[in-house]
Amino acid sequence: MKILQISVFIENQSGRLYEVTDLLGRNGINIRALSLADTSDFGILRLIVNDPERAHSLLRENGFTVGRTEVIAVEVPDKPGGLASVLKVLDENKINVEYMYAFVEMSGDCAVMIFRFDETDKALKVLSDNGINTIEGKKIYGM
Amino acid sequence: MIWNEEFETLPREALEALQLRRLQNLVERVYATVPFYKEAFDKKGVKPEDIKSLKDLRKLPFTYKQDMRDNYPYGLFAVPKEQVVRIHASSGTTGKPTVVGYTRRDIGTWAELMARTFTAAGVKKGDVLQNAYGYGLFTGGLGAHYGAELIGASVIPISGGNSAKQVMILKDFGTTAISCTPSYALNLYEVALEEGVNLKDLPVRVGVFGAEPWTNAMRKEIEEKWGIDAIDIYGLSEVMGPGVSFECVEAKNGMHINEDHFIAEIIDPETEEPLEYGQVGELVFTTITKEAIPLIRYRTRDITRLIKEPCKCGRTFVRMEKVTGRSDDMLIIRGVNVFPSQIESILVERKGVQPHYQLVVDRVGNLDTLEVQVEVGEELFSDEIKVLQSIEKGIEKDIKDIIGVSAKVKLVEPKTIQRSEGKAKRVIDKRVMK
Repeated sequence: MKILQISVFIENQSGRLYEVTDLLGRNGINIRALSLADTSDFGILRLIVNDPERAHSLLRENGFTVGRTEVIAVEVPDKPGGLASVLKVLDENKINVEYMYAFVEMSGDCAVMIFRFDETDKALKVLSDNGINTIEGKKIYGM
Repeated sequence: MIWNEEFETLPREALEALQLRRLQNLVERVYATVPFYKEAFDKKGVKPEDIKSLKDLRKLPFTYKQDMRDNYPYGLFAVPKEQVVRIHASSGTTGKPTVVGYTRRDIGTWAELMARTFTAAGVKKGDVLQNAYGYGLFTGGLGAHYGAELIGASVIPISGGNSAKQVMILKDFGTTAISCTPSYALNLYEVALEEGVNLKDLPVRVGVFGAEPWTNAMRKEIEEKWGIDAIDIYGLSEVMGPGVSFECVEAKNGMHINEDHFIAEIIDPETEEPLEYGQVGELVFTTITKEAIPLIRYRTRDITRLIKEPCKCGRTFVRMEKVTGRSDDMLIIRGVNVFPSQIESILVERKGVQPHYQLVVDRVGNLDTLEVQVEVGEELFSDEIKVLQSIEKGIEKDIKDIIGVSAKVKLVEPKTIQRSEGKAKRVIDKRVMK
């Protein structure tokens, strides 16, 4: 299942990250998972939130450069070698991971990882063919 | 469409004869009435009667902006003050403003030149012109205003600024033509978007843009965003104001200089020697009909070249290319001459890059550094670092390849670079402050 991730361009300036999270917080938007990738000049904040469409328009209206990307939430067995077993399947099928980050909440016995692939549809098929569970948006946004 | 068929299509020979006659009159007049010119002529050992052909123009001294400052405010006026019906001044960002005056006939000439300009752009009687050039001491607003009224357009004298209101009037008044600076046109596009107005849905057909250098790529962008023809015009208050030269909508390729009123030369700014047609150098004007404050060989500092080949619109005036820079705001970075407009061309030709940019020049140790700050819009943005970094590297490479100087490109958040309602400020030179 594809889910919607919001990404925000932020300059490396003190307080900028606070402003984004404060804006979302004040508007009742809950951050479910996030990762921050940065260089010396700028960073990209990637967010899974409970209401991605509203978060997107809210950030836009407040002058941020915002993007929307489809990512996949994958259930990863919560045991040694769990993540490796998922990555092995991807590797065997020549699926390249652009980036990934962890979700705080558990899904049953599994950890949840957010994956960004170049070829999202192909990745979804490979995962499902190999019996690896993905989580749908509705569930993720409310987790 | 041509406003003044007789003069705008005058055969070259007749035009040059007219120029010579007017030049000879001018030289006699300034020698007799402006002490500054008498002194300058005497110092060069040239008398009015030495001007026997247009080639003799090069015997005459140059006039510099500094001369206007030194004679502030009225020292260069060639008529008694009671004949001056209008006084304008340049912005004076770098010192005292340069003051210019107009006799009643000068105002008439100016309106005629702007009527030619608007007509060449395709503006005519019946058009509704939203004139967003600044009114006041700046020549843009009133210069455009009188010309547009002369052709019978309905002029909205809104002046510059107040962007939300500009958009409202664009929407409500049936504006068909707009005049302002090109960067302000892009600014208005952004404001219109915020107001939920798509400029393409409006009846605006043509924009007459000037008062700052801009590139053809920027023209394309304005034309696409507004859904109009974007026409370039040129002028400077010292010489007249807007209307010194103008593009025609037929060719959009170089601005026809009103040569029956101004003689244009291109010189090498270093050696001050006149250059041939087609060579790049500094534009110099001699005003041959102006009464109140005529200027001999005025150094504009604008870098361009003259095109002699006839234009398909039928006008016989030589054309000048878009100004590519200024001999005085040319940056020298590690020995390389850099014009902000060169960087702009590189930026705007890259898809998704915003035209909002700023150059920060500094000196670290003994080495000059150039940082190019570019705003990241949604078209450019990616959730992947490597994509954004490759954009930075790509622009850096283009700057290195095309201009020959190493620059650091820095992506910045939108709206962080200061917006301007007049001329955009593109350069922060920290070396000057050290």
